[in-house]
Amino acid sequence: MNRLTIAEAGRRLRSGLVSSVELLESSLDVAHRTESQIHAFLTIDREGAIASAELADSELAGGIDRGPLHGIPIALKDNMSTRGVETTAASQILAGYLPPYDATVVGRLRNGGAVLVGKTNLDEFAMGSSTENSGYGTSYNPWDITRVPGGSSGGSAAAVAIGSALGALGSDTGGSIRQPASLCGVVGVKPTYGTVSRFGLIAFASSLDQIGPLTLTVEDSTLLLSAIWGHDPLDATSYPEKLPDPASLLEAGVDGLRIGVVTELAGEGYEPEVEAAVADMIERLGAAGARVIEVSLPTVDLGLSAYYLIAPAEASANLARFDGIRYGLRVDGDTTETLMARTRAEGFGPEVIRRILLGTYALSAGYYDAFYGQAQRVRAAIRADFDRAYRQVDVLVSPTSPTVAFPAGARVQDPLAMYLSDICTIPSPLAGHPAISVPIGLDSQGLPIGFQVMAPALGEAVMYQVAAEVERLAGFDAVPQIAEVAS
Amino acid sequence: MNWEPVIGIEVHVELMTSSKMFCGCAVEFGAPPNTNICPTCLALPGALPVPNRAAIEAIMAIGLALDCDVAPQSVFHRKNYFYADLPKNYQISQFDIPVCSNGHLDIEVGGEVRRIGLERAHMEEDTGKSTHVGDGGRIHAAESTLLDFNRSGVPLVEIVSKPDMHSAAEARAYAQTLRSLVAELGVSDVRLEEGSLRFDANVSVRPAGELGLGTKVEVKNMNSFRSLEHAVDYEIRRQVDLIEAGGRVVQETRHWDEEAGVTHSMRTKEGSSDYRYFTEPDLVPMVMSDEWVDKVRSTLPELPAQRLRRYIDRGLDASLAGVLTASSPGLRELYESAVAEGAEPRSAANWVTGEITGWLRRNELDETRVPLAGAQLAALLALIEEGTISSSAGKEVLEGVLAGEGSPEEVARARDLIQITDPSALRAAVVDVLERHPQAVADYTDGEQKIVGFLVGQVMKSTRGRADPRVVNEIIRAHLDGSEM
Amino acid sequence: MPVEIDIAHVARLARLDLSPAELESYVRQLGVILEHAARVQSLDSGVSPGSDHPLGLTNRYREDVRRPSLDRDEVLAQAPETEDGYFVAPPAMGAG
Ligand SMILES: [Mg+2]
Ligand SMILES: [Zn+2]
Repeated sequence: MNRLTIAEAGRRLRSGLVSSVELLESSLDVAHRTESQIHAFLTIDREGAIASAELADSELAGGIDRGPLHGIPIALKDNMSTRGVETTAASQILAGYLPPYDATVVGRLRNGGAVLVGKTNLDEFAMGSSTENSGYGTSYNPWDITRVPGGSSGGSAAAVAIGSALGALGSDTGGSIRQPASLCGVVGVKPTYGTVSRFGLIAFASSLDQIGPLTLTVEDSTLLLSAIWGHDPLDATSYPEKLPDPASLLEAGVDGLRIGVVTELAGEGYEPEVEAAVADMIERLGAAGARVIEVSLPTVDLGLSAYYLIAPAEASANLARFDGIRYGLRVDGDTTETLMARTRAEGFGPEVIRRILLGTYALSAGYYDAFYGQAQRVRAAIRADFDRAYRQVDVLVSPTSPTVAFPAGARVQDPLAMYLSDICTIPSPLAGHPAISVPIGLDSQGLPIGFQVMAPALGEAVMYQVAAEVERLAGFDAVPQIAEVAS
Repeated sequence: MNWEPVIGIEVHVELMTSSKMFCGCAVEFGAPPNTNICPTCLALPGALPVPNRAAIEAIMAIGLALDCDVAPQSVFHRKNYFYADLPKNYQISQFDIPVCSNGHLDIEVGGEVRRIGLERAHMEEDTGKSTHVGDGGRIHAAESTLLDFNRSGVPLVEIVSKPDMHSAAEARAYAQTLRSLVAELGVSDVRLEEGSLRFDANVSVRPAGELGLGTKVEVKNMNSFRSLEHAVDYEIRRQVDLIEAGGRVVQETRHWDEEAGVTHSMRTKEGSSDYRYFTEPDLVPMVMSDEWVDKVRSTLPELPAQRLRRYIDRGLDASLAGVLTASSPGLRELYESAVAEGAEPRSAANWVTGEITGWLRRNELDETRVPLAGAQLAALLALIEEGTISSSAGKEVLEGVLAGEGSPEEVARARDLIQITDPSALRAAVVDVLERHPQAVADYTDGEQKIVGFLVGQVMKSTRGRADPRVVNEIIRAHLDGSEM
Repeated sequence: MPVEIDIAHVARLARLDLSPAELESYVRQLGVILEHAARVQSLDSGVSPGSDHPLGLTNRYREDVRRPSLDRDEVLAQAPETEDGYFVAPPAMGAG
């Protein structure tokens, strides 16, 4: 591994080989060289970051050690509220908005001594799979700057892939952490729903949204997750009990584990090279001692349809607060109603408007039962499928994305095709379960391929156990050229 | 034709919890604008709600006091509509599983008790306050709106009656009875002027004797019991006149205009009625276990109905029990402790609701804090009971005790009001009166029996009320019947 | 099966001031998406809806305790229009 990880940076910091300010400077330097092509960030908080890096150094010198993230440059997806630092969720409707409060995860990172580099680009309000729906311009894939980094946490994935941050937080609703992680060749995790506070996360779909880490390695992922998760009294959906140590089984291997291969997540629409790489990894897991079992999740085929009713329905209410009255953009009108309608039509991009209309329709009188109500039934059925499956196996595996990174512009005109790129990542959030994407190699065009490991609720330890073995077996250590040029 | 009004009432009760429904901001009336606001009640991006346990227990208490069923499990819903004073542009409310349902409230109108059914009581949050500037009190004439979100997120309980009322008087009685009940529970300050208690009336009319319901109109903006009664009265007349003039009532919301004394249509935006309710995904289900419900029930104070029954069982007649039930807590406490000190319940009740209430009013004193101990009242009543003082002297003794002159006994002595019951001590006074009224004596001997009363009165006067009238009566008769020369 | 959509009504409910041309293109896209989404109707409706918390959480409350509110000036600084401590909006409905 010729790339600096959080774990390694921590060791160097503590042995005095490097300072937090130096770590920050190299991150900022990478950003400086790459942003014009990658556009991973919407805001870089240079002053704030330097100040906290200096503080981190003086604290360490003074014997104050805040733990694994102490002095480590971390990037935040721009849908997390940061006091006094512009937070837009990549929407023009929030241009210039300076929150008066920090999201819970932001507070926890600060307490952990992390150095917050800046706010990364995303699809507006996290609605998309390519960052092309950003209100401030697309981000590009470090492995091929003509292609998308995936989305919606594309900026965070790209930043970690090129090293303009050693780790980043993203948010995952239907795959928004795992799919860009897969397309950018990094590790991305959606934790169990309720384990990471959503307080201060600008809501897309409240029953699905979960904040999670994007990192270079599985070990780093456990370090970042451990720092942000745990009960938060400000989030009524936050799990109040003690959480497992996600890193407890990193070295345990997969001998004797039962690994289920989801038969429905393959076939038509999946790129042969992706399927081949995933099949090969499954074989190697078997060789490493795992019992590989084919498992069927019959209703998973309906997951995409259910997701594209439930998420927009919740979003239609979550985004109602953006009305030009208390903050953000205002387009004037002679009545409140006109002012609101003009502000929203002007401030929201096409995909957001599309989903608000979709969700409003799915909830409206006469259609609720056939659409939203029925989608909730499918959700219950999918949970039942998972429960059945997890009686036979410890984890489920699949590709993270049916395809590698696609060319910018290829799917913007075809929403449905864009939605289909979430086919593998949607089932876990519908059930509230954790899932991880681990890079396992490059295809013939040199584009990363991601491998997804899904686990039952609160099954993070076994999820990471398998992910760590996948990482060892893959030995993935390729670096995007642009990053080599940069460092 | 003869028309029957059908009226249902929706009441919104603001709870007086210390903090708001879903955030820690203070619940206080009259704070400077936008000083009690936070990310949650201002709907800043990313903020989340967390329900206030005290508010949930308050609505359970209200439901139990109204004989409602408390749902074993209940959930919050989002009620979606855009309005400038609703920061999220949805209200967290309840839809198909309210915390409380199927209760009733007994009201008294014109001496008869009527039972009004309750549909439900559900938990929700209040909106912010809009002030329309450059307006004549009429929303659609406003030039701009000033928004204060201090009230946004204050816990609100909505109580919906069944359409069981048939007159404006019943509507008023219902609202008043409900108000005093909620006040007794101590969960709201129920101030109409401050909007912590608000009613809307659903009014329709139908030909008398018919069972189907007519088209209902929702009447809003009544801020006193009087205006509720007037508004309902007006709306009933409006609908009847309309129908009899060959028109038909349209389902709408109408605004009560206090000055003009009329309701006018609010021209609500079409389509705004589709609230697209769905389960609030930021909150988890509420489970009201029997243990929890019982715990809340055990905290309920004695409610008026129970109190009335208890007084009647103690031997008070219905009307006296009614007056006492409606008396201030301070006066009721005085009654309870006097009885505990051995006072006879009926006379204790009479003195508390009569003399003592009167004295407090005359002296414009707070009826919740009575400057008299139950033991003192009991002692006073004992003096009258034993005949140590006359009941008329008792009133004077009470004045003395309330004026802090000492115990009833001491006051009676000091003001020298102890009754003279010893005949030898009274004979002189009687003889003196008989001598001064020969005519009366003559009338008596001519068989004018009732003149005795007059003579007794004269003796009482000459003894400044201290003589025992029974004894005086005997002595006079003895004299006049010549059994004693 | 094609889905009927009163797009103007939906846009009104969602407070989106869209031109006829925009409504036209959105209704077409929604039609395609909803036809795909309508597949959820193939599931037998015997299953009861699943909107509960995946970890089965219930009864999550805060105690009735006050927490400090935000600084008014910091909050109002984000507003498009304010007047002595208030947020300002036009009248709810058109004049007359
Ligand atoms: Mg209500
Ligand atoms: Zn608040």
